[in-house]
Amino acid sequence: MSVKLTIRQVGDVTVIDAEGRITLGEGSSAFRETIRDRVAKGERKILLNLGEVSYIDSSGIGELVSAFTTVTNHGGALKLLNLTKRVKDLLQITKLYTVFEVFDDEATAVRSFS
Amino acid sequence: MNSPHDALIRLDEFFASTLASVDLAEAEVIRIAGEIGFGEDDVFQIGMAVREGMVNAVVHGNRYSEEKKVRLTVTSEPGRLVIRIEDEGEGFDLQSIPDPTTDENLLRQSGRGLLLIRSFVDEVRTEPLRKHGTVLELVKRRDPGD
Repeated sequence: MSVKLTIRQVGDVTVIDAEGRITLGEGSSAFRETIRDRVAKGERKILLNLGEVSYIDSSGIGELVSAFTTVTNHGGALKLLNLTKRVKDLLQITKLYTVFEVFDDEATAVRSFS
Repeated sequence: MNSPHDALIRLDEFFASTLASVDLAEAEVIRIAGEIGFGEDDVFQIGMAVREGMVNAVVHGNRYSEEKKVRLTVTSEPGRLVIRIEDEGEGFDLQSIPDPTTDENLLRQSGRGLLLIRSFVDEVRTEPLRKHGTVLELVKRRDPGD
Protein backbone atom coordinates (compact mmCIF):
# COMPACT_ATOMS: atom_id res chain seq x y z
CA MET A 1 0.00 0.00 0.00
CA SER A 2 1.24 3.47 -0.87
CA VAL A 3 0.34 6.54 1.11
CA LYS A 4 -3.22 7.79 1.52
CA LEU A 5 -3.61 11.46 2.37
CA THR A 6 -6.79 12.95 3.84
CA ILE A 7 -7.08 16.69 4.24
CA ARG A 8 -9.24 18.52 6.74
CA GLN A 9 -9.37 22.04 8.16
CA VAL A 10 -9.20 22.79 11.86
CA GLY A 11 -9.72 26.54 12.05
CA ASP A 12 -7.11 27.99 9.74
CA VAL A 13 -4.82 24.99 10.09
CA THR A 14 -4.68 22.40 7.31
CA VAL A 15 -4.35 18.97 8.84
CA ILE A 16 -3.09 16.24 6.54
CA ASP A 17 -3.72 12.74 7.86
CA ALA A 18 -1.24 10.37 6.21
CA GLU A 19 -1.67 6.61 6.20
CA GLY A 20 0.56 3.88 4.74
CA ARG A 21 4.08 4.12 3.39
CA ILE A 22 6.00 7.18 2.21
CA THR A 23 8.69 5.64 0.06
CA LEU A 24 10.44 6.32 -3.23
CA GLY A 25 7.93 6.28 -6.09
CA GLU A 26 4.19 6.67 -5.74
CA GLY A 27 4.19 7.39 -2.03
CA SER A 28 6.66 10.23 -2.13
CA SER A 29 5.30 11.84 -5.32
CA ALA A 30 1.72 11.82 -4.00
CA PHE A 31 2.94 13.46 -0.85
CA ARG A 32 4.94 16.09 -2.76
CA GLU A 33 2.02 16.99 -5.02
CA THR A 34 -0.35 17.35 -2.09
CA ILE A 35 1.93 19.75 -0.26
CA ARG A 36 2.53 21.84 -3.39
CA ASP A 37 -1.19 21.93 -4.08
CA ARG A 38 -2.02 23.17 -0.58
CA VAL A 39 0.68 25.84 -0.71
CA ALA A 40 -0.53 26.95 -4.16
CA LYS A 41 -4.01 27.36 -2.63
CA GLY A 42 -2.51 29.79 -0.14
CA GLU A 43 -2.51 27.50 2.87
CA ARG A 44 0.39 28.32 5.17
CA LYS A 45 -0.32 26.44 8.39
CA ILE A 46 0.11 22.75 7.77
CA LEU A 47 0.01 20.01 10.36
CA LEU A 48 1.10 16.64 9.11
CA ASN A 49 -0.35 13.74 11.09
CA LEU A 50 1.94 10.71 10.64
CA GLY A 51 0.23 8.53 13.24
CA GLU A 52 -0.84 5.94 10.69
CA VAL A 53 2.36 5.98 8.65
CA SER A 54 3.92 2.57 9.02
CA TYR A 55 7.09 3.17 7.06
CA ILE A 56 9.21 6.02 5.69
CA ASP A 57 12.43 5.49 3.74
CA SER A 58 15.17 8.03 3.00
CA SER A 59 13.20 9.30 0.01
CA GLY A 60 10.15 9.84 2.23
CA ILE A 61 12.29 11.67 4.75
CA GLY A 62 13.55 13.81 1.87
CA GLU A 63 9.94 14.65 1.02
CA LEU A 64 9.26 15.74 4.60
CA VAL A 65 12.27 18.06 4.40
CA SER A 66 11.20 19.35 1.01
CA ALA A 67 7.68 20.00 2.31
CA PHE A 68 9.11 21.83 5.29
CA THR A 69 11.28 24.11 3.14
CA THR A 70 8.47 24.71 0.60
CA VAL A 71 6.03 25.84 3.28
CA THR A 72 8.66 27.82 5.19
CA ASN A 73 9.84 29.59 2.03
CA HIS A 74 6.27 30.74 1.48
CA GLY A 75 6.15 32.26 4.95
CA GLY A 76 4.28 29.39 6.55
CA ALA A 77 4.95 26.57 8.96
CA LEU A 78 4.77 22.80 8.67
CA LYS A 79 4.67 20.78 11.87
CA LEU A 80 4.45 17.08 12.62
CA LEU A 81 1.93 15.20 14.73
CA ASN A 82 1.79 11.69 16.22
CA LEU A 83 5.08 10.19 15.15
CA THR A 84 5.47 6.46 15.60
CA LYS A 85 8.56 5.27 17.43
CA ARG A 86 10.21 4.21 14.21
CA VAL A 87 9.63 7.54 12.51
CA LYS A 88 10.93 9.31 15.63
CA ASP A 89 14.02 7.12 15.51
CA LEU A 90 14.57 8.02 11.85
CA LEU A 91 14.31 11.73 12.59
CA GLN A 92 16.81 11.32 15.40
CA ILE A 93 19.28 9.38 13.25
CA THR A 94 19.06 12.04 10.55
CA LYS A 95 19.14 14.86 13.14
CA LEU A 96 15.92 16.25 11.68
CA TYR A 97 14.30 16.14 15.09
CA THR A 98 15.99 19.51 15.61
CA VAL A 99 14.34 20.93 12.47
CA PHE A 100 10.71 19.92 12.89
CA GLU A 101 8.30 20.95 15.62
CA VAL A 102 6.73 17.69 16.76
CA PHE A 103 3.53 17.21 18.76
CA ASP A 104 1.72 14.27 20.31
CA ASP A 105 -1.56 16.11 20.79
CA GLU A 106 -3.55 17.65 17.95
CA ALA A 107 -5.22 20.45 19.92
CA THR A 108 -1.87 21.63 21.27
CA ALA A 109 -0.35 21.42 17.79
CA VAL A 110 -3.19 23.47 16.26
CA ARG A 111 -2.93 26.12 19.00
CA SER A 112 0.82 26.42 18.40
CA PHE A 113 0.18 27.98 14.98
CA SER A 114 -1.64 31.01 16.39
CA MET B 1 24.88 -25.69 0.39
CA ASN B 2 27.01 -25.61 3.52
CA SER B 3 30.56 -24.37 3.20
CA PRO B 4 33.30 -25.35 5.62
CA HIS B 5 32.35 -22.22 7.55
CA ASP B 6 28.69 -23.20 7.81
CA ALA B 7 27.66 -20.38 5.49
CA LEU B 8 24.31 -21.00 3.87
CA ILE B 9 23.26 -19.12 0.76
CA ARG B 10 19.63 -18.16 1.32
CA LEU B 11 19.14 -16.10 -1.82
CA ASP B 12 21.04 -15.44 -5.04
CA GLU B 13 18.85 -13.61 -7.50
CA PHE B 14 19.08 -11.04 -10.30
CA PHE B 15 16.57 -8.20 -10.24
CA ALA B 16 15.53 -5.76 -12.96
CA SER B 17 16.52 -2.16 -12.35
CA THR B 18 13.07 -1.03 -11.26
CA LEU B 19 11.45 0.30 -8.10
CA ALA B 20 9.29 -2.83 -8.01
CA SER B 21 12.51 -4.79 -7.53
CA VAL B 22 13.31 -2.70 -4.48
CA ASP B 23 10.04 -3.78 -2.85
CA LEU B 24 10.56 -7.41 -3.87
CA ALA B 25 14.13 -7.54 -2.58
CA GLU B 26 13.16 -5.92 0.70
CA ALA B 27 10.31 -8.40 1.19
CA GLU B 28 12.56 -11.38 0.41
CA VAL B 29 15.25 -10.36 2.85
CA ILE B 30 12.70 -9.54 5.55
CA ARG B 31 11.28 -13.03 5.11
CA ILE B 32 14.71 -14.64 5.36
CA ALA B 33 15.77 -12.58 8.38
CA GLY B 34 12.55 -13.53 10.16
CA GLU B 35 12.92 -17.20 9.29
CA ILE B 36 16.40 -17.42 10.71
CA GLY B 37 15.36 -15.84 13.96
CA PHE B 38 16.19 -12.15 13.96
CA GLY B 39 13.97 -10.13 16.29
CA GLU B 40 11.31 -7.74 15.01
CA ASP B 41 13.42 -4.57 15.29
CA ASP B 42 16.40 -6.21 13.61
CA VAL B 43 14.19 -7.47 10.80
CA PHE B 44 12.88 -3.94 10.26
CA GLN B 45 16.42 -2.54 10.24
CA ILE B 46 17.71 -5.19 7.84
CA GLY B 47 14.76 -4.56 5.54
CA MET B 48 15.35 -0.83 5.47
CA ALA B 49 19.10 -1.24 4.89
CA VAL B 50 18.36 -3.54 1.95
CA ARG B 51 15.76 -1.15 0.62
CA GLU B 52 18.22 1.76 0.69
CA GLY B 53 20.96 -0.37 -0.85
CA MET B 54 18.66 -1.54 -3.61
CA VAL B 55 17.50 2.03 -4.31
CA ASN B 56 21.12 3.06 -4.60
CA ALA B 57 21.83 0.22 -7.03
CA VAL B 58 18.71 0.73 -9.17
CA VAL B 59 18.60 4.53 -9.21
CA HIS B 60 22.19 5.72 -8.88
CA GLY B 61 24.09 2.63 -10.04
CA ASN B 62 22.11 1.17 -12.91
CA ARG B 63 20.06 4.33 -13.52
CA TYR B 64 16.94 2.24 -14.22
CA SER B 65 18.62 0.67 -17.28
CA GLU B 66 16.68 -2.24 -18.75
CA GLU B 67 19.99 -3.83 -19.77
CA LYS B 68 21.42 -3.81 -16.27
CA LYS B 69 20.55 -6.08 -13.37
CA VAL B 70 21.02 -5.94 -9.64
CA ARG B 71 22.29 -9.14 -8.06
CA LEU B 72 21.24 -9.76 -4.49
CA THR B 73 22.80 -12.51 -2.41
CA VAL B 74 21.92 -13.27 1.16
CA THR B 75 24.08 -15.65 3.16
CA SER B 76 23.50 -16.73 6.72
CA GLU B 77 26.61 -17.47 8.71
CA PRO B 78 26.91 -18.38 12.36
CA GLY B 79 25.93 -15.27 14.29
CA ARG B 80 25.45 -13.01 11.29
CA LEU B 81 23.65 -12.32 8.05
CA VAL B 82 25.66 -11.15 5.02
CA ILE B 83 23.88 -9.28 2.22
CA ARG B 84 25.57 -8.35 -1.05
CA ILE B 85 23.97 -5.96 -3.53
CA GLU B 86 25.78 -5.75 -6.85
CA ASP B 87 25.02 -3.17 -9.53
CA GLU B 88 26.44 -2.59 -13.00
CA GLY B 89 26.92 1.16 -12.68
CA GLU B 90 29.90 3.47 -12.78
CA GLY B 91 30.82 2.88 -9.17
CA PHE B 92 30.92 5.13 -6.16
CA ASP B 93 33.13 5.83 -3.21
CA LEU B 94 31.58 5.69 0.26
CA GLN B 95 33.92 8.43 1.43
CA SER B 96 32.71 10.83 -1.26
CA ILE B 97 29.14 10.94 0.04
CA PRO B 98 28.62 14.08 2.14
CA ASP B 99 27.45 13.82 5.72
CA PRO B 100 23.71 14.65 5.61
CA THR B 101 23.63 15.60 9.28
CA THR B 102 25.87 18.66 9.05
CA ASP B 103 24.23 22.09 9.17
CA GLU B 104 24.86 22.82 5.50
CA ASN B 105 23.35 19.48 4.37
CA LEU B 106 20.55 19.05 6.91
CA LEU B 107 17.83 20.45 4.64
CA ARG B 108 18.96 18.72 1.47
CA GLN B 109 16.26 16.53 -0.01
CA SER B 110 18.44 13.50 -0.69
CA GLY B 111 21.61 11.82 0.53
CA ARG B 112 20.40 10.01 3.66
CA GLY B 113 20.30 6.44 2.38
CA LEU B 114 23.82 5.51 3.37
CA LEU B 115 23.37 7.09 6.79
CA LEU B 116 20.36 4.85 7.40
CA ILE B 117 22.21 1.79 6.13
CA ARG B 118 25.12 2.49 8.47
CA SER B 119 22.73 3.02 11.36
CA PHE B 120 20.88 -0.23 10.81
CA VAL B 121 23.59 -2.81 10.08
CA ASP B 122 26.88 -3.54 11.81
CA GLU B 123 29.26 -3.46 8.86
CA VAL B 124 29.11 -1.70 5.50
CA ARG B 125 31.64 -2.13 2.72
CA THR B 126 31.81 -1.34 -0.96
CA GLU B 127 34.20 -2.66 -3.55
CA PRO B 128 34.39 -2.29 -7.32
CA LEU B 129 33.53 -5.35 -9.37
CA ARG B 130 36.07 -6.65 -11.86
CA LYS B 131 34.41 -5.45 -15.10
CA HIS B 132 32.09 -2.69 -13.96
CA GLY B 133 29.76 -2.01 -11.12
CA THR B 134 29.95 -1.98 -7.37
CA VAL B 135 29.12 -4.42 -4.64
CA LEU B 136 27.68 -3.13 -1.41
CA GLU B 137 28.13 -5.62 1.40
CA LEU B 138 26.08 -5.36 4.57
CA VAL B 139 26.56 -7.46 7.68
CA LYS B 140 24.04 -7.73 10.49
CA ARG B 141 25.16 -9.59 13.58
CA ARG B 142 22.74 -11.52 15.72
CA ASP B 143 22.56 -10.82 19.39
CA PRO B 144 23.28 -14.01 21.33
CA GLY B 145 19.87 -13.59 22.99
CA ASP B 146 17.95 -13.80 19.70
